[in-house]
Amino acid sequence: MTARIGVVTFPGTLDDKDSLRAVRTAGAEPVSLWHRDKDLKQVDAVVLAGGFSYGDYLRAGAIARFSPVMETIIEQAKAGLPVLGICNGFQILTEAHLLPGGMLQNNHLHFICREQKLRVETSGTAWTADYTAGQEIRIPLKNMDGRYVAEERVLDELEAEGRVAFRYLDVNPNGSLRDIAGITNAAGNVVGLMPHPEHAVEPLVGTGRTDGLGFFTSILKKLVNA
Amino acid sequence: MTLDTVKHAGETPEAEQPWKELGLKEDEYARIREILGRRPTGAELAMYSVMWSEHCSYKSSKVHLKQFGEKVPVNDAMLVGIGENAGVVDVGQGYAVTFKVESHNHPSYIEPYQGAATGVGGIVRDILAMGARPVAVVDPLRFGAADHPDTRRVLPGVVAGIGGYGNCLGLPNIGGEVVFDDCYQGNPLVNAGCIGVMKHEDIHLAKASGPGNKVVLYGARTGGDGIGGVSVLASETFESTGPAKRPAVQVGDPFQEKLLIECTLEIFREQLVAGIQDLGGAGLSCATSELASAGSGGMRVELDTVPLRDSSLSPEEILMSESQERMCAIVEPDKVDRFMEICEKWDVIATVIGEVTDGSQLEIFWHGEQIVDVPPRTVAHEGPVYNRPYARPAWQDALQADDANKLARPANATELREQVLKLVSSPNQASKSWITDQYDRFVQGNTVLAMPEDAGMVRIDEKTNLGVAMATDGNGRYAKLDPYTGAQLALAESYRNVAASGAKPLAISDCLNFGSPEDPDVMWQFAEATRGLADGCLQLGTPVTGGNVSLYNQTGETAIHPTPVVAVLGVIDDVTRRTPVAFAEEGQLLYLLGDTHEELGGSAWSQVIHGHLGGMPPKVDLDREKLLGEILISASRDGMIDAAHDLSDGGLIQAVTESCLRGGKGARLVVPDGLDPFVFLFSESAGRAVVSVPRSEELRFNDMCGARGLPATRVGVVDGDEIEVQGQFSIPLSELRAAHEATLPGLFA
Repeated sequence: MTARIGVVTFPGTLDDKDSLRAVRTAGAEPVSLWHRDKDLKQVDAVVLAGGFSYGDYLRAGAIARFSPVMETIIEQAKAGLPVLGICNGFQILTEAHLLPGGMLQNNHLHFICREQKLRVETSGTAWTADYTAGQEIRIPLKNMDGRYVAEERVLDELEAEGRVAFRYLDVNPNGSLRDIAGITNAAGNVVGLMPHPEHAVEPLVGTGRTDGLGFFTSILKKLVNA
Repeated sequence: MTLDTVKHAGETPEAEQPWKELGLKEDEYARIREILGRRPTGAELAMYSVMWSEHCSYKSSKVHLKQFGEKVPVNDAMLVGIGENAGVVDVGQGYAVTFKVESHNHPSYIEPYQGAATGVGGIVRDILAMGARPVAVVDPLRFGAADHPDTRRVLPGVVAGIGGYGNCLGLPNIGGEVVFDDCYQGNPLVNAGCIGVMKHEDIHLAKASGPGNKVVLYGARTGGDGIGGVSVLASETFESTGPAKRPAVQVGDPFQEKLLIECTLEIFREQLVAGIQDLGGAGLSCATSELASAGSGGMRVELDTVPLRDSSLSPEEILMSESQERMCAIVEPDKVDRFMEICEKWDVIATVIGEVTDGSQLEIFWHGEQIVDVPPRTVAHEGPVYNRPYARPAWQDALQADDANKLARPANATELREQVLKLVSSPNQASKSWITDQYDRFVQGNTVLAMPEDAGMVRIDEKTNLGVAMATDGNGRYAKLDPYTGAQLALAESYRNVAASGAKPLAISDCLNFGSPEDPDVMWQFAEATRGLADGCLQLGTPVTGGNVSLYNQTGETAIHPTPVVAVLGVIDDVTRRTPVAFAEEGQLLYLLGDTHEELGGSAWSQVIHGHLGGMPPKVDLDREKLLGEILISASRDGMIDAAHDLSDGGLIQAVTESCLRGGKGARLVVPDGLDPFVFLFSESAGRAVVSVPRSEELRFNDMCGARGLPATRVGVVDGDEIEVQGQFSIPLSELRAAHEATLPGLFA
């Protein structure tokens, strides 16, 4: 048996096809979800893909957070539905208050697209179980508003609870506080990060590495073994 | 103000009209009156003025562009040729590819961000209008001197605009060029290319047929932006004292365009359109007249039904508006409802604004009153044609006599080493990653190769690994020395780049950037370059599928270098066989393919070391280019080479430096017998590439080159962490990297 993993398309979502491909490559069944639809089609997990939902107007992720599909996702995420937010998806998760903090424009004020080295800080989430804590991976990074910020108190809390899931290594590409590239909620089912694991699942394309496939095999194993 | 109806025009033949302000010449205005048998209405005058502008009508270039249709090589791949929004070629397995390069030069000088952004938006809609899903973009760019203060204004804006728009569309940016030269000061060239993929049966053409079919305008609302952009911007030379022209530049909304793309593709999938055209230069004037002209009958449009952003716009302004992100479709009546449903799904506004008639006129009404009644062909396809005078410039001989081969050369190995470092760190030869890292090259997950590779390559079928590649090239310095040869060198380099990536070159698109056609010197350059390109394409077997001409790229009396930019499209059956530029495997042997002559005219070395431009450009041998291409493709397919890099500006040392830095490995080079080390390193002879050959393949590779008559010289080995030219000098990779990568951030970050 396999698991059904949904990928949401908002107007302006760009990496939905890549995410569907990553889900398929990992061996799970990809399911397209539409922003106007409250129905999640009985998926076992959801990926919020990168892009510029609603043109990033107002603020990245700010409008998507109020879409019909997000109503259901927010409700079910609180009940344990695994959700991965990549880039714009991470921004939506913070706007939806499923994850703390928020993203500001990169400190150098440019869009940046590069291969980025990360350290996976915890394997204790639904999306990182196939990695070992401390493992270094390289996956693409591409964004305009990628600078993670939160209050000191929140940052301390994230660190203390082991909820900083990924940290930038070598170069902090956008001025994120404490080199934070991604975080998880306390339960470990909701994970958000700025870099793009879905662009690193086959050796032929992108940067030629498959370091991102672990996100999708992690969730598949968890769901199948549940 | 009273509405200038057709009736009113007939009654007031002597009314003064602003034809001059709209960019028309006196005889052109007279011709319009002759065609109509009366004075044009204000709306008609607006339409003719934009459609007869240089940008839309190709009136100065047409007589020369004809050659691309006359000197056509036998090529089975060609499905749709010149004249449509973009040409289409067959790439096998039932797939067709459409591609085109266009200019957005003048707007990008005035307002760099929006000018460049809407350049991307326009070319993407052109590709979409052919029925294809856009899959990648490329951007050939030219700027003034890298250290000029105005370049600091223009370049960051252009780059941010291309990124800001393209990144939002979800299209990987896979290639292009960045060139700096004083001649582009005040006239930057912002060219944009796009590749689209479709199945053969999905090709759509821009024509309106079938009386009763509805004309549907969909996409963004029409606003006051870009009014007169075509005639004012593209057809006049900038004068520094002129009035501000900022409002004539369009403003882009990539989010709207992304919705338009997805919406249009869904409409194509359900086969809901009989004809389609994007709205670009000249807006509705262009779309309605071109659709009607190419179709079988007439068209009637109710202009007051056009959704507006600004309700105060006059009918003339609505016709001329270049508001972005709009398309015009011809839809059979029983398919209109479904068409509207799909638009609603994507939050795209769609409006029936008219219908195809069985008449022969394009008729436009404003609140029931007729304001346009014209034969559409006279607007769209039968504009003026000029046989502009041209003559070889008086200065051409002196320029060619100023031989670069006689310039002072490095006196010893130390100077040679210094000049290498100076070359690889010069703005034109330095790493462009500060620019290209602002573009998303990963999106869609099909990017196999992207800059700084020789060609960009995307996979178009995940099951079979079929892919397409594209490179763009154009060396204005070569073309200035000899436009005929320069155009062929642009073609040859682009062809070579595609072949070096492992793909088979199929066809080309061109963007011809020149100065004022009213200057006989410039017109001679244009005539020579087009002749060279047409002859070259015939010889290489790569037809011209379409492209764009940008004239009036000059400030005052000074024109830019003639800059024909050539985009070659190639196909590769299996993208896993692609050849990267990186030297990544120690111990592999480096072979130089082709002949090296003493050719420094127009070279990067002559520019960087001496600030010199003179002499003759490198000689072109297109049969040799073809042979080199075949060898590169065979070697890639059969696994005989692991890396290849074409040699062009900067010569061998530039190529080896880039390949070493890309792979993180050094190289030991040996100067071949009989060759001067300086010429070996810096000559820019065409028809050459350097390849990395696994030792186990050396014999087979040599045999192949020998059997087919391509000179292949072993020039070194991939080894260590420095580039060593034996008996001359060595430079650590770290030093080369620092020199190569620091320049652009130092100038623009």
